[in-house]
Amino acid sequence: MLALSKEREGGAGGRLLSTLKGATGPLIGLILLCLFLSFATDKFMSVRNLLNIFDQVSVLGIMAVGMTLVILIGGIDLAVGSVLALTMMVMGYLANVAGLPLGLGIVLSLVVAALTGAVSGVLITSFRVPAFIATLAMMSVARGLANMITDGQQIVGFPGWFSALAYYRIGGVLTTTVAVMLVVFAIGWAYLRYSAGGRSLYAIGGNPEVARLAGINVSLYTIGVYVVSGLLAGVGGIVLAMRLDSVQPTAGVSYELDTIAAVVIGGTSLTGGKGGIFGTIIGVLIIGVLRNGLNLLGVSPFTQAVVIGVVIALAVAAEAFKQGK
Amino acid sequence: MTAKDTSPILSLRQIRKSYGSLEVLHGVDLDVRAGEVVALLGENGAGKSTLSNIISGTVQPSSGDMTWQRAPYAPASPRAAMDAGVGMIHQELKLLPQLSIAENVFVGRYLTKGGRIDRQAMEERAHSGLQRLGLDISPRRLVDGLSTANQQLIEIAKALTLNAKLLILDEPTAALGGEETQLLFRQIERLKSEGVGIIYISHRLEEIRQITNRIVVMRDGAKVQEFDRGDVPVRTIVEAMVGRSLERMFPAIPTPQDQVTLEVRGLSSAFGSFRDINFAVKKGEVFGIAGLVGAGRTELVRAIAGADPISAGEILLHGKTVTPRSPIDAIRNGIVLVPEDRKLQGVVLDHSIAENIAYPNLKEIAQGGWITSQRLNTFADDYIGKFGVKGQGHQNAGELSGGNQQKVVLAKWLARKPQVVVLDEPTRGIDVGARSSIYELIMELASQGVTVIVVSSDLEEVLGVSNRIMVMAQGKQAGVLDRKDANDVSIMELATI
Repeated sequence: MLALSKEREGGAGGRLLSTLKGATGPLIGLILLCLFLSFATDKFMSVRNLLNIFDQVSVLGIMAVGMTLVILIGGIDLAVGSVLALTMMVMGYLANVAGLPLGLGIVLSLVVAALTGAVSGVLITSFRVPAFIATLAMMSVARGLANMITDGQQIVGFPGWFSALAYYRIGGVLTTTVAVMLVVFAIGWAYLRYSAGGRSLYAIGGNPEVARLAGINVSLYTIGVYVVSGLLAGVGGIVLAMRLDSVQPTAGVSYELDTIAAVVIGGTSLTGGKGGIFGTIIGVLIIGVLRNGLNLLGVSPFTQAVVIGVVIALAVAAEAFKQGK
Repeated sequence: MTAKDTSPILSLRQIRKSYGSLEVLHGVDLDVRAGEVVALLGENGAGKSTLSNIISGTVQPSSGDMTWQRAPYAPASPRAAMDAGVGMIHQELKLLPQLSIAENVFVGRYLTKGGRIDRQAMEERAHSGLQRLGLDISPRRLVDGLSTANQQLIEIAKALTLNAKLLILDEPTAALGGEETQLLFRQIERLKSEGVGIIYISHRLEEIRQITNRIVVMRDGAKVQEFDRGDVPVRTIVEAMVGRSLERMFPAIPTPQDQVTLEVRGLSSAFGSFRDINFAVKKGEVFGIAGLVGAGRTELVRAIAGADPISAGEILLHGKTVTPRSPIDAIRNGIVLVPEDRKLQGVVLDHSIAENIAYPNLKEIAQGGWITSQRLNTFADDYIGKFGVKGQGHQNAGELSGGNQQKVVLAKWLARKPQVVVLDEPTRGIDVGARSSIYELIMELASQGVTVIVVSSDLEEVLGVSNRIMVMAQGKQAGVLDRKDANDVSIMELATI
């Protein structure tokens, strides 16, 4: 580890290593996990199963990119699970009750999702409400609104093409929903790594006062980051609706915790300023592979929860140990 | 002096400390007697902190012996050292602002009676500790809102309440003004007469002679010289510290040009920390701002740089109103601030030097909005070389010495070719050798026509670098002195109005 990170200069190997910087531990964990599962069960290492894993993590993956940005600037977004449900319900209502075309319903519901993020962001920056509280409030409000739309009822009966996006594999490989996740990964990664804005987020997370004095518009970036997080929670909601072919106000309960877990397992620091999308992708895959593998092994969902909790604690403890050395 | 017993209470013999293969202390001997102040001097990295951390139990030596009150001494933790009677007062105060003074004094070892916290006993004992230092403050008061000097004294009272026989004071006056320093010195004298031994670490060489009995100079992890008296000429000490003779501390000051760059008219703080400030600074001029701590100097320059709000007045650049509403405004107009607290406001400690230099310059480094690591590193390396930062781009800023961190802060701003550079306490906590390179940078900026404002609590410094000096007292401008009329007396007269 130490020897590797020292030769960071130049070369393709160096570039690859610097991409992995901080995420090598989780990556090794993921590889070990896959090796173990491929020996422990004969179903794991099949193309079909691996594609399934991607389908299963698509909602989590999309939301985790937004959460990565939020945690990078030292914030937290507890509202994403509720915003996901609200987006689903707004879309379902607009399309199946109000009778708008489904495509327009999707766009408008995403606007609502982004607005929830904007409200959280403004509360945090202009009214100086701590992020934890602002998004906790939004979590409650969004969940309530989602329930109010249909008085707690689910909405079904979307056109066939809608759910086909979640199960029809283009070229026999990717579903549209997985493609959406990959595009979100790519944009998030490139933004953080190669844009002035992305680099500014690291500065804000590292020390907001230094960033402000350096002429970075901390308030604007903060609001922007929560808008993106809300928007991506909304996209996650649409993807989930495609997968379920229905929308319900109870969807996405405790998804915010899964999302935070994926980001943290991927090595992004909860205090901000350190981490990245690559680690988050690994974190998402670890959770996905773990769930999938435990299912194949016939482990009960209750035990799965215990295992995932232990993995979160181990991942963060390992990271802290590495830093402390 | 007053010590009746001349045998040392603390003796260190051949103390060594290694981290891996790197030895940072090379067999240091040190004696401290009861009732004396030993000044421990040296540049940053000379080994003073390591040595004092060993004495106070924070760090364990690799080899060597310590004797404390005639018994072998090897504290395993700060707590063990405290229990033995050795107290260390750190440069960064470690008080809990939302607790009372008494609670702070006894934190971690609350006095109890029958299982319940005995507030009365704690308050009484804290009060007697405070009185020993001549402080008449209620021990029930919250620490929040106390002046830095008083907080410092409370730290000392805390150590005294725990029966400390030896105090290690690390840069106790770094954040204190002249009067507060004198107050602290009076208390130190009192402790001396009570037989408390004191190890005093400081960079302010002028004031040390007032209180010290002996001076120990360290360099590169070894003791290089010891003086058995306090009134050693500053130059002699500095030469021992840097290991070469110093021709002059301050470089020559260039003559300013005629045209006025920056003008401040009737500026008042939104927080009331300064009011109605008026001055104009010329192109290529170094304008010093002196005053006691709390006079409003930091607040004033922060407002000029857009970091703090104002309630009235305006700021003009080349005759045009530019009054900044945010740091972004100020930076756009070419006014940049090198802030007072490097670690909290100047650099992101756990980010790399290259990233730190890049942060205010991201838009310039980006081509069409995109930044590559390579472009960022090339940009930073250029400035790391130009400013002689001793470190590599990928190192974290936190690994650098104070002087090099300050160079990183300067580098990130000077990359923008500013018109006005505001430096708040530019050499606080920076060792003597590195200070002169900061002064040279200031003069080079001025000779290039940059307008420089320097706020400093160090009178020698503000006298040494400024063309003119504005003195502030209690939020008001007490006067502006020309270089030829300014000396420490004329400044202190104005500052204490």
